[in-house]
Amino acid sequence: MRLRITFAKTEAMRYTGHLDLHRTWERTLRRAGLPLAYSQGFKPHPRIVLASALPLGCTSECELVDVWLEEQLPLDHIHGTLQQAMPPGLHVLQVAEVDPALPALPTQLSASEFQITFRSSVPDLDMRLEQLLHASELPRVWREKAYDLRPLIFEIRRLPDDEHECQQITVTLAAQEGRTGRPEEVVLALSGEPEMSLIHRTKLIFQSNH
Amino acid sequence: MFNPEKIQASLEGILPCVQKPGRYTGGELNQVLKDWDNVQTHVALVFPDIYDIGMSNLGLAILYDLINQRGDALAERAFSPWNDMEAAMRRSGVPLYSLESKRSLAEFDIVGFSLPYETLYTNTLNALDLVGIPLFSAQRDEGHPLVIAGGHATFNPEPMHAFIDAFVIGEGEDVIHEIIQVHQEWRQAGGSRDRLLRALAQLWGVYVPSLYRAEYYPDGTFSHIEKLAEEAPLPVIKRIVPKLPPPPTNLIVPYIDTIHNRFPVEIMRGCTRGCRFCHAGMITRPVRERPVQEVVDAIATAIQKTGFEEIGLLSLSSSDYTHILELVNAVSQRFSGKHLSISLPSLRIESFSVDLMDALKDSRRGGFTLAPEAATERMREIINKPVSTVQLLETARAIYSRGWTTIKLYFMIGHPSETLEDVQAIADLCKAVLSEGRKLIGGRAQVHAGVSTFVPKPHTPFQWVPCDTVEQILAKQVLLKKALRGNGLKLTWNNPEDTLLEAWLSRGDRRMAEVVYQAWQRGAKFDAWKECFRYDVWLDAFRSVGLEPAFYTHRERPIDETFPWEHISTSVRKKFLTEDYLWSLQGKTRVDCRERCFACGILPTFADMRRTHPGEVWQCPEVKSKKIPVQSILEKGVEKGESRIVNPISITS
Repeated sequence: MRLRITFAKTEAMRYTGHLDLHRTWERTLRRAGLPLAYSQGFKPHPRIVLASALPLGCTSECELVDVWLEEQLPLDHIHGTLQQAMPPGLHVLQVAEVDPALPALPTQLSASEFQITFRSSVPDLDMRLEQLLHASELPRVWREKAYDLRPLIFEIRRLPDDEHECQQITVTLAAQEGRTGRPEEVVLALSGEPEMSLIHRTKLIFQSNH
Repeated sequence: MFNPEKIQASLEGILPCVQKPGRYTGGELNQVLKDWDNVQTHVALVFPDIYDIGMSNLGLAILYDLINQRGDALAERAFSPWNDMEAAMRRSGVPLYSLESKRSLAEFDIVGFSLPYETLYTNTLNALDLVGIPLFSAQRDEGHPLVIAGGHATFNPEPMHAFIDAFVIGEGEDVIHEIIQVHQEWRQAGGSRDRLLRALAQLWGVYVPSLYRAEYYPDGTFSHIEKLAEEAPLPVIKRIVPKLPPPPTNLIVPYIDTIHNRFPVEIMRGCTRGCRFCHAGMITRPVRERPVQEVVDAIATAIQKTGFEEIGLLSLSSSDYTHILELVNAVSQRFSGKHLSISLPSLRIESFSVDLMDALKDSRRGGFTLAPEAATERMREIINKPVSTVQLLETARAIYSRGWTTIKLYFMIGHPSETLEDVQAIADLCKAVLSEGRKLIGGRAQVHAGVSTFVPKPHTPFQWVPCDTVEQILAKQVLLKKALRGNGLKLTWNNPEDTLLEAWLSRGDRRMAEVVYQAWQRGAKFDAWKECFRYDVWLDAFRSVGLEPAFYTHRERPIDETFPWEHISTSVRKKFLTEDYLWSLQGKTRVDCRERCFACGILPTFADMRRTHPGEVWQCPEVKSKKIPVQSILEKGVEKGESRIVNPISITS
């Protein structure tokens, strides 16, 4: 059976990268005693597919992973054993069965929504947001490669300050294979300090035919 | 003072800016976080290299488990921060902290360092400095933690004698509890730090260096050690456990990748082979085995608790485990189809090893590793690892024909009396193995030769021999690099300067402590890392102290020289080592001591332990003798402990 698990990634787990998270899921399923399916072939690998890599250091309440099991099991049993086996910082929110014929998760993703909290305030934030929205291009360099950030930003707006009076924004960024906006790049484009910002993914947005 | 809240708050700003922040967070699955105020004794276990390496150390995991099982104590972990993190910590004034409670190590009662190898010495100093604990033991007072250290390198503790309050010589499983108890009694009774140290010195296996003074001859060689306190034993006999305790199974599961990201289980401790270069083989005697069922059960429990996909069955020589076939069959039956990979390192060069690996079907079909150590039969007789070239090639054929495409061959250069012909033979042997592979599987066959440089180690039959000079090593490496070219061949080697550092420190004396200190002051740290090791800094440190590096490495030590580590007793007698060294010069080998006892000295020392643990648990001969309490051995010294070994073969030179 093919499962789609919604989970939160918090605490120290936010420093676990994509590959390590994949392994963390394999171990969690093994601890839970669930019959994880493996690919055929010379070097079988576990059939686990994460929807989208979360940048290191970000937290999330909406991560998705597809997992294939070798046998059909009741969903509440799966949910229960998983909850027992989760490591600190990963929390199962929902377990659903999906059609095995559906296309792979990453191919269906269109955008990610992030909430960014600035723990050191950004001067003239509203003005900077305006400028950013009206810019025709935002040339930036990521890993020595020049690119334009602007078309990757679908939406960006101010939120009310949080309980510590920190400024907050929400931003929707492209999240397609080979065309992904990075939230810390948005922080930099606003002249904020990424290391002083809390970045939290709030929503994964799929293509309309999903 | 940085309290846990302040450290945590500082980390929020620091972690996003460093590489692999997962090294510094703690909070992993199976970590133990106790209520600080509810326990009496707080122990920080420090592996003075980065998390990725330290988390793979089994010794640390064993002690963590044992201490945290106590109701009255806790153990937390700390590792060396990598350079970027250290810089950030120093900028913000964050001290080295424990991963569990984020407390400065200064708040702990005991700070214990794991020192399995010598290149961690400067990192140890750096860790103390990052906490703000005085580096020199003599400068610490009652308000500072007790600083202890253990691990294989501490069998010659002298280069670190000035910095460590007490060393644990040997196995820590039992003595750690005694150290905690002595510490608790001292805390309750009050008293000076000196009183604590004297009490610790009376524990079997504990060496308190400040209670001894070393004397030297005018030519710089070591004369003798003098004890400065009644409580100080001479010699200090290594600690062992009579029987391996059940292995820890609830190991911490790292959030990030580490070098050995797996569940490790020791199937056996010690080795009966007697390879003359092998430090571990000499210091971890006697051989004690774990029952097959205990190993299998531990794996089953560990999979439930950790979910690790890889299991390492650890020992110095897996093939020698009495019930190896039974173990391998039991493991493969119980866990096959579960997508686990089982590693079984250190296999003998014989086709039976291929059968064993084949039985562990789920294992990754990567490379098959063999360690002939030397390429000529003459050389292998000198180092007492006798295996014929015919047998090696036969094993290689079995490996290639059973599905492996790569054979990794481990060699050392720099063995005593080695010539360039012996080095050339390494290349010839690799090519011979490759050509066997070509015959069987054609162009897919590969040979990877890993050629390290031999470093003579204390407490081994080669403790007298000079280490190769940089020039000698380079000449041998040039030869190999030229000879081992071509399709299907790959060669890896060590930087000769790294080898020298290890060699200086391995057989160093107390004066070396000043060199370590001076090197650290000049910026030496992470000496085990190619990108950080600075040879010039060490040479400069030697100059500043007025010591000659070659004195420690390239001097052939006379057969009657007294060594600065002789007051540390592994219980393998010097007489045995001397004889073995002399035998090596004649190319005379010894068989596995399971076949016959060579009276190395272990049994007389631990006769009583052997008597109370009869049968297969130990691989030494059975002992029938009157009860000799260990205490009396400690009082009388090793040589006087009388016992009668059943069927001993006494060797006299």
